[in-house]
Amino acid sequence: MHMADALLSPAVATTMYAASAIAAGTSIIKVNKEKDSIKIPTMAVTAALVFAGQMINYTIPGTGSSGHICGGMLLTSLLGPQAGFLSMIVILAIQCLFFADGGLLALGANVWNMAFYGCFVGYYLIWKPIMKSKMSSKLKLILAPILGCVLTLQLGAFSVVLETSLSGITDLPFGTFVAIMQPIHLAIGLVEGLVTSAILLFISEARPELIKDFKPQTAWNCADGAEKAKSEGKLSFKSTIAVLAVVAIVIGGGCSLLASGNPDGLEWSLFGNAESGYSQNMGLDEDDYGVQSDAADKAQGIQDKLAFLPDYAFKNSDSVAGTTTSGLVGIAIVAAIIVVVSFIPKLIKKKEVNEQGDQQGK
Amino acid sequence: MSKGTNKASNALNELRDMDELANGNSLVHELHPLVKLLVTIAYIYCVVSFSKYNLTGLFIMLIYPVLVFEFAGIKISTCFYKLRLVLPLVLMVGIFNPIFEGKAGLISMITLMMKGTFSLMASFIMVATTPIDGLCAALRKIHVPSILVTLLLLTYRYISVLVREVAIMTDAYKLRAPKQKGIAMKAWGSFLGQLLLRSMDKASELYNSMQLRAFKGEFYYASQRKLNARDLVFLVGCIACFVCARVFNITELLGGLFV
Repeated sequence: MHMADALLSPAVATTMYAASAIAAGTSIIKVNKEKDSIKIPTMAVTAALVFAGQMINYTIPGTGSSGHICGGMLLTSLLGPQAGFLSMIVILAIQCLFFADGGLLALGANVWNMAFYGCFVGYYLIWKPIMKSKMSSKLKLILAPILGCVLTLQLGAFSVVLETSLSGITDLPFGTFVAIMQPIHLAIGLVEGLVTSAILLFISEARPELIKDFKPQTAWNCADGAEKAKSEGKLSFKSTIAVLAVVAIVIGGGCSLLASGNPDGLEWSLFGNAESGYSQNMGLDEDDYGVQSDAADKAQGIQDKLAFLPDYAFKNSDSVAGTTTSGLVGIAIVAAIIVVVSFIPKLIKKKEVNEQGDQQGK
Repeated sequence: MSKGTNKASNALNELRDMDELANGNSLVHELHPLVKLLVTIAYIYCVVSFSKYNLTGLFIMLIYPVLVFEFAGIKISTCFYKLRLVLPLVLMVGIFNPIFEGKAGLISMITLMMKGTFSLMASFIMVATTPIDGLCAALRKIHVPSILVTLLLLTYRYISVLVREVAIMTDAYKLRAPKQKGIAMKAWGSFLGQLLLRSMDKASELYNSMQLRAFKGEFYYASQRKLNARDLVFLVGCIACFVCARVFNITELLGGLFV
């Protein structure tokens, strides 16, 4: 889900940076307030662990393929939302800088799509309510990560589509793009959720205190009443409703888009008339990004009349699609300049070496 | 450890290679990290802001990465070899444009691919010529909060430790479970879970040792050298060139001289 730089227009990239920066700012204030200096090394080690954990491939039973985790939900469940968010930012920054996984300019958007939803939405909407409910602790640790991962990945995937469409980069229609992204991430989210819950179940047996908001059932806890122990095994009515509601939102939100396959209603309501350039309706038409109607119209006209490069360039010198004669000649010249220029450093080095050699010779 | 089979040990090699490149010696390595960071951001911003039909105008931007690669003494092929797994994803961005937009879509597809590749080259060359300490100090200079920078530095250091551990574990698992693709379901929890438990102990040891060295939540960087004239010339010159290239279609103007 890592977005590359070319997927975003500067306006969208900057907006996402600002949004992520605000979330990061509030998280930093919260983490600093706790004045818990052990937290920083723990966050660093956990982040490094999640990063290393992404290298592990898990066999998906019955499919013959394998998947890996992204780790947003795992970090949240171990560190809490704010510290988890900061750790996730660091992981994404390292991926971006050292592995070119996601662009530098797109980092803000990537942080939002993968860390914000995974940490904040996943925690406050899913993790905390489920941990507070009266389910059996095993059920909690199965349900929370799976629901959390599925929901947050759906939100993230939808954001990717929204950001790309607002940037006017791809000509893939909004509905088609959504229909491609959501089901893929439904599967990914499910696998990630299963792996995360397996890990948390393992941890809960060895060191349950490591898991945020998790109170395991022990003989100790249950001693204050046999009745309580009994009820903990069952789902209470309230929590059942809550869980069902969340499931409905996930399935409804994710699948209705898929099912209709032609989500014109949504597209219309969000963007107005797509043909007249939906970025204009979103107030993003200041520069020439977006599905700019002028360029698109001209290009369309050219396309109707003429074949690709050769004829067009000579008959019509309007430089809409960058294929004018002078443009082509210009490209050749720039290419030549680049080749020539790339020799300059070598020449300088040679000169230095020669001079050094001369000095040594003397 | 055989190369190419273990994802974790590959990542380890990548990190080490980048570290070695970053500790090289060249004119570009000598530039102040802050200047490199700012110029790279300006470059990517500029490249991305080109209209998607402005192929000719964008082309001139190739000069910057080519020159910097040459001055840094790093082969451009190194960048493409290292990024061979990411590059196809970047190139896929506009792959549908020709289908939906016909021939103009072909141009926008090529422009998008160029944008993606140029941005990748620029950020690669920045990281390949700047050690992480320098980068973190530069981030502190532009007032990125200390907790994030400290976290970045610590995580980076710990990644190599934990990735090595994962590499050993997956190798050991593979030897005991030959012809199996990945970790079997019954070991899903215990595999990373075991490492997690050990890591938590490691974290508290790390914390203790840092406390003994008077850690109070922030690192202090050895005094970085100040910006010198060369840095400033590079910064101002590069940004001026980028803006020129963005405003005027230099490729077209050059071509116009001959047509």
